[in-house]
Amino acid sequence: MRWGQTRALETQLTAGLEKGPRGPVLEDGSRVAVLGGGPAGSFFSFFLKKMAAAIDVDVDVVIYEPRFFTSSGPAGCNHCGGVVSESLVQLLATEGINLPAGVVQRGIDSYVIHMDVGSVRIDTPLHEKRIAALYRGNGPRTSELSETIGFDRYLQDLAAEKGVRIQRQLVERIDWTGGRPAVVCPDGSRETYDLVAVAAGVNSRLMETIVADLPEVRLPKKTKTYICEFRLGRDVVERCLGPSMHVFVLDLPRLEFAALIPKGDFVTMCLLGDDVDDQLVSSFLAADEVRACFPDGIMPEHVCHCFPHINVGAADPPFAERLVFVGDSGVARLYKDGIGSAYRTAKAAARTAVYHGVGAADFREHFLPACRAIDFDNSLGRIVFASSALVQRWRFSRRAMLRMTAHEQRSARGPRRMSSVLWDVFTGSAPYRDVFLRSLHPAFIASLLWNVLGALAAVGNGSVRGTRRAS
Amino acid sequence: MTTGALGRVYRDGEFIIRQGEMGDSMFVIQQGKVEVLREETNRTFSLTELGPGDLFGEMALCEKEPRSATVRALGEVRVLTVDKRTFLRRVQEDPSLAFNVLQTMSARIRSLDAEVARLRERFRTEQMEP
Repeated sequence: MRWGQTRALETQLTAGLEKGPRGPVLEDGSRVAVLGGGPAGSFFSFFLKKMAAAIDVDVDVVIYEPRFFTSSGPAGCNHCGGVVSESLVQLLATEGINLPAGVVQRGIDSYVIHMDVGSVRIDTPLHEKRIAALYRGNGPRTSELSETIGFDRYLQDLAAEKGVRIQRQLVERIDWTGGRPAVVCPDGSRETYDLVAVAAGVNSRLMETIVADLPEVRLPKKTKTYICEFRLGRDVVERCLGPSMHVFVLDLPRLEFAALIPKGDFVTMCLLGDDVDDQLVSSFLAADEVRACFPDGIMPEHVCHCFPHINVGAADPPFAERLVFVGDSGVARLYKDGIGSAYRTAKAAARTAVYHGVGAADFREHFLPACRAIDFDNSLGRIVFASSALVQRWRFSRRAMLRMTAHEQRSARGPRRMSSVLWDVFTGSAPYRDVFLRSLHPAFIASLLWNVLGALAAVGNGSVRGTRRAS
Repeated sequence: MTTGALGRVYRDGEFIIRQGEMGDSMFVIQQGKVEVLREETNRTFSLTELGPGDLFGEMALCEKEPRSATVRALGEVRVLTVDKRTFLRRVQEDPSLAFNVLQTMSARIRSLDAEVARLRERFRTEQMEP
């Protein structure tokens, strides 16, 4: 079988292609630049090389990333909560990517939900550590470098093992010459490529510079989050937090999700919501439920903190001729599993580039559906989070949620409707569509109403009012 | 075993899956070794040993048949469970995800072919001997 026939068969088996490429294709010797060496850039490079090698095409792939991810603190960090979801851990293992213990700072096997009306623990169905808490860089300030392997560095090394070159250089802009993109660096160097994948995230100005030359592309929407690190020591982390993520359902306006993530000697605090600011952070830190998670109820000083942006609205479209936006630069899962959506978009983009073509029409036909699926799911996610905000607003509804979850966790048998909904909302393991549909199930609604009645009875004569805190 | 390890720990000799049971998951070894056993009438055969990165139980992802072999821990082993539902849902969007599983199955068929040939040769030699 000739190479062309092999490629056609591979294409049909892999992606169900019935039409030929609409634009330029990658061939032996084609050059691909990847701007950004975070998970999206490394996943894209890894899968592009792997898929191209499977059909005997030798593509030169270079990642432009100035950071080494080997120093502690902000200089080697990619500003992220650092959680690999339950579903992504499984998918990566299936891909042959088994996260080693040096990368995973702590395996998580449960979530503890804290509310003013009490706390409840939700265990994984198999009591297995399938969520990975890790560092995107080489750990916070003051961490021991020898003990930590940053996730971003680990993925970069995997890509390098596939033959991807890492160029430790900042990129200034993209120029266009004869319809081909050229990567221009601050030192004036300039290299022309057959395809550029933009994986610079939403915390880089590079995105704005690139999109300024592409009037048809709209930048992704973003919002500010807050992440900080506390150094408690391994034993204290084990005693106070254990192998559980601690999430907080509090009546704080603009706060969509708040969690404490145990990692080795440190605890990462992560606040997501509508433009998180100092005022919201202070209100959160002052909450009794948060303080109770720390030794003697005293909040320690953080060792480092940041207000990174996250993607909350897709770039439109997330591609152009010979250009594709992956990870946060394109579309990301709303509030959750950003690394998971980096994996999904990076792999979809690599699949399109290798098996279809690198023209805008190819990306529209084969890459855009994967982005639209995430974007559509996010619209259902907004409904889920709006419903969750309603539940968080009133004490009786928080109590009802606690009652229902605690009852399910106590009983050995029976459906765990609220537990599974909360688990998937907090872990990001299932699509929001699944969560949305499960929360519309008549049995779920009936059980919730029953628990609402129980909660109202518990607080007495039904005269429950909202307990909104000032923010 | 460190706090940073993923999966579940099985002690030496502990069964991870049992032949004849129904299964809805596949397993990936994170650390340690397992032994694959085939139980026949009155006898148990050791088929192979598997180590870090190896998959087992993958047939449960493709068919609704009882497990074809027993797998038990050789020393302390850490194993990650991959749910059939998680895997199949993602395969609908990304068929290439199945390639690694297919490669594992392909390697096993290749190994079985070699084993069948070896047994036939042995059988033929034994028949020819007076």
